[in-house]
Amino acid sequence: MSATPPSPAVSSATPPAEASAWAARLARPRSAVALLWLLIVLALPLLPAFQITLLNHIGLYALTALGLVLLTGVAGMTSFGQAAFVGLGAYCAAWLTLGAPGGPAWLAPLAASPLLALGVALVLTLAVAALVGGVTLRLSGHFLPLGTICWGLALYAGFGVSEALGSHTGLTGLPALTLGPWNFADAGQMGRLIWAVLGLALLLGHQLLDSRSGRALRALNGGQAMAASMGVPVLRSKLLAFVLAALLACVSGWLYAFEQRFVSPAPFSLGAGIDLLFMVLIGGAGHLWGAVAGAALVTLTRDVLQDWLPGLLGQGGNYEAIVFGALVIVLMHKAPQGLWGGLVQRWPRLGSAGRVATDLRAAAGGAAATSEPQPLPRRALPERGALVLDVRGITRRFGGLVANHDISFQLHAGEILAVIGPNGAGKSTLFNQISGVDTPSAGEVRFLGASTVGWSPARMAAAGLARTFQHVKLLPSMSVLENVALGAHLRGRAGLLRQALHLDRAEEARLLAEARRQLARVGLADWADRPAGSLALGQQRLLEIARALCANPSVLLLDEPAAGLRLQEKQALAALLRRLREEGLAVLLVEHDMDFLMTLADRVVVIVFGEKLAEGLPAEVQRHPGVLQAYLGSDL
Amino acid sequence: MNAQIALLLGQDGMTSGAVYALLALSIVLVFTVTRVLLVPQGEFVTFGAMSMAAMQAGTPLRLAWLVLAVALLRAALRALSVLRQRHGRVSADEAVDPLGWRDLAAPAYALALLLLTRAVPAPALQSLALPLQIALTLALVVPLGPWLYDLCFAPIASAHSLVLLIVSIALHVVLVGIALLMFGAEGARTAPFSDSVLELGSARLQAQTLWVVGVTVGLIGALYLAFEHTLAGKALRATAVSRLGAQLMGISPTAAGRFSFALAAAIGALSGVLIAPITTLYYDSGFLISLKGFVGAVCGGLVSFPLGAAGALGVGLIESFSTFWASAYKEVLVFTLILPVLLWRSLSAGHHDEEHAG
Repeated sequence: MSATPPSPAVSSATPPAEASAWAARLARPRSAVALLWLLIVLALPLLPAFQITLLNHIGLYALTALGLVLLTGVAGMTSFGQAAFVGLGAYCAAWLTLGAPGGPAWLAPLAASPLLALGVALVLTLAVAALVGGVTLRLSGHFLPLGTICWGLALYAGFGVSEALGSHTGLTGLPALTLGPWNFADAGQMGRLIWAVLGLALLLGHQLLDSRSGRALRALNGGQAMAASMGVPVLRSKLLAFVLAALLACVSGWLYAFEQRFVSPAPFSLGAGIDLLFMVLIGGAGHLWGAVAGAALVTLTRDVLQDWLPGLLGQGGNYEAIVFGALVIVLMHKAPQGLWGGLVQRWPRLGSAGRVATDLRAAAGGAAATSEPQPLPRRALPERGALVLDVRGITRRFGGLVANHDISFQLHAGEILAVIGPNGAGKSTLFNQISGVDTPSAGEVRFLGASTVGWSPARMAAAGLARTFQHVKLLPSMSVLENVALGAHLRGRAGLLRQALHLDRAEEARLLAEARRQLARVGLADWADRPAGSLALGQQRLLEIARALCANPSVLLLDEPAAGLRLQEKQALAALLRRLREEGLAVLLVEHDMDFLMTLADRVVVIVFGEKLAEGLPAEVQRHPGVLQAYLGSDL
Repeated sequence: MNAQIALLLGQDGMTSGAVYALLALSIVLVFTVTRVLLVPQGEFVTFGAMSMAAMQAGTPLRLAWLVLAVALLRAALRALSVLRQRHGRVSADEAVDPLGWRDLAAPAYALALLLLTRAVPAPALQSLALPLQIALTLALVVPLGPWLYDLCFAPIASAHSLVLLIVSIALHVVLVGIALLMFGAEGARTAPFSDSVLELGSARLQAQTLWVVGVTVGLIGALYLAFEHTLAGKALRATAVSRLGAQLMGISPTAAGRFSFALAAAIGALSGVLIAPITTLYYDSGFLISLKGFVGAVCGGLVSFPLGAAGALGVGLIESFSTFWASAYKEVLVFTLILPVLLWRSLSAGHHDEEHAG
């Protein structure tokens, strides 16, 4: 869904001299957008009343849709209950500003301050979102949308029957919004506020996505196993996306209440929640701008349809629902990237508009060696020869199948240990247990002297273990550089707010510089700005190694790193691994290519049918009769 | 609350619970076979109920138009894909069968149904025996299941489950919009299967309740036997366990998907026919009804049939008793109830399932 098309391939071939020119050109759309936005905000009250109302609605929808883009397009989850969060914000605003009729007396003083009402609304939304998310996000992907449907229905029904909230008629007579010296009494003033807030949300959203946490959020969409092994706290990141989306919806609701000056349950029904999702899908869920495009397109089209269709087809139908529903079905079949995604495919520069900052810095970093950011602090590696990984008698049963039986071996710093074995011998199961993805049925893995029983993959990563995958797991639409930087996730410290405000730029530059360094190490420096999906399979494996190295590990787990590499690339990889060994890293690899292994590995462990058959120097293992029998058949 | 009221509420709860259980069953079935959360399940319920009501009220059966439209759209799309193939615009692995007479069967069937419902005068339909009315209703609704599967889901069968869910919701929105056009905004109710009331001591048992519970139990039993002992049932179960594995054994996942949708449409329409005499249904009532089936299905983690059915029965009972204590908050209660259920499932699940596309 978040298909970003290839950016122009020239970028990597651009000589440094042209970089500043490129930077200037890339900077332009951003300032143009900012200017245009300022113009909208300033000129909005000058428009005719009808257009103002339309723009206000578009802005309010877009604000909620923005959250849905974060949730659906970026993090790969979805919610049908966003309208209910809008309702929560709107009702909080209305009820508290009216002096909490029917509520406890101590709430009455809140009537004086709309901002306090916003605070209460945000806290309430946070609590509800954390509850709904908390109970569904651990389950498979269907439970969050189902949970949000139920929550949307329940809240809507609750608005409808609550006496204090005016039942079905709702709450009327809200005062005009006043914030300090500013009064937002008329629709035009309100519109200014709405579009200013929307602009701010877009800016912060773009900046957040263009930072460490943004990469982590995007990684959720590309396979949670990979995200977890990079140290991304998967559950927390998912919850974060859901809560952020809910908070945006809540702010939109708060604005809505003061725009309308009354609230009733109808606009917060489940149907409205579904409409919001449709806006995002039609606009393009993969891009923040898709929220604005979708909100505008759907609102304007609905306005036209409501004028025309009843005239053509007669009264009494809900035609626009049929039209939008059918449109979404067709879109999902033919163009799941939506309107903005389609535009970006045609004019790729649109897609990079949000990531200008990265490109700029990347260009500048390449051009001016003087401003080379300070390298990140490095982990103190264990002393050469020290025991790092101690696998003690691990057994893994899947029902009746014993995939690993009583396997033990040790890995020391500054050593390359290879695990070999025929297909189905249980090598991947072994890898999964060592990296925390799977838990042994018996036995334990000790890492630097500590037992890792019950450790999550993220904790293993934090302790200094990095891995690659047999089936490459990367985010094809993200640039090679960003994919690699994901590996450095745990080496950044800046909090969410600092990232959204781009106060983390110094740290971000250091992270990206580290990613560049590791890319250069595996020989992919020239590919940094291409989409990762455009690399050949062998290069993707090298990318994964660079990503793992970015984590600054003391143990490197490589799952068939040489598969798909050409001879020269294999030699380069072997040289790299030798260099890593010199530096004191411990490398554990699974590989089938014997020529590659025999000159590289210090020791070899052979696994057959889930049991360790032999262990020793490559030459010894090669002559081991059991190994020959396992690989070449009996009676040799 | 005295025993008599409790009995009455229990009876109500059992009746709606039985229907929710049927729907939960079909939701689990469709989900395990196709990975689609069948939100439009509820529309099959309303289509069945409203068609019965239209017949009994002597108003035209507009559903026949929808059936024909879907059949024609499906045939047109198929013709299009054959044409594209002829012009070499599809890759070999997407190869489609050439057009044949069989492709005319569906539109012909739909056309015949439409002509039949137009030709037979309304009073004749009105006085038709109940089993025949039910048969005609099923004949109208059931084909919609597999045809809509072909139109909406088969082409994207291996897409991300999020995409399937979105298409499912979109289809629901479209069908509800069309239902408003076909049936209007007024509610409808049908005549009970029989008016008799069973006296059990001081308790009065509505005959319709017995019908609903009886048909549900019978249907669940029949489904169980079919899944355990027929080849088609086993094929469906195999597809539910592993699409790829079943495919390698020569089971077509598309055929299995179509079959599960046909079953879902049949179960939905039948549920509609069963509850139409008890509750007034509107064009959009199906969603809430099927959602209660979903809540039941969630109790079984969307995979377990018995747990799903038990959960649905519980939803019916809770709904019925909450009508007594806090009638206004009935929906709030029923749908908030899912939170503890989800919490329980979340805590009992060891680690979260990995999302995988295709």
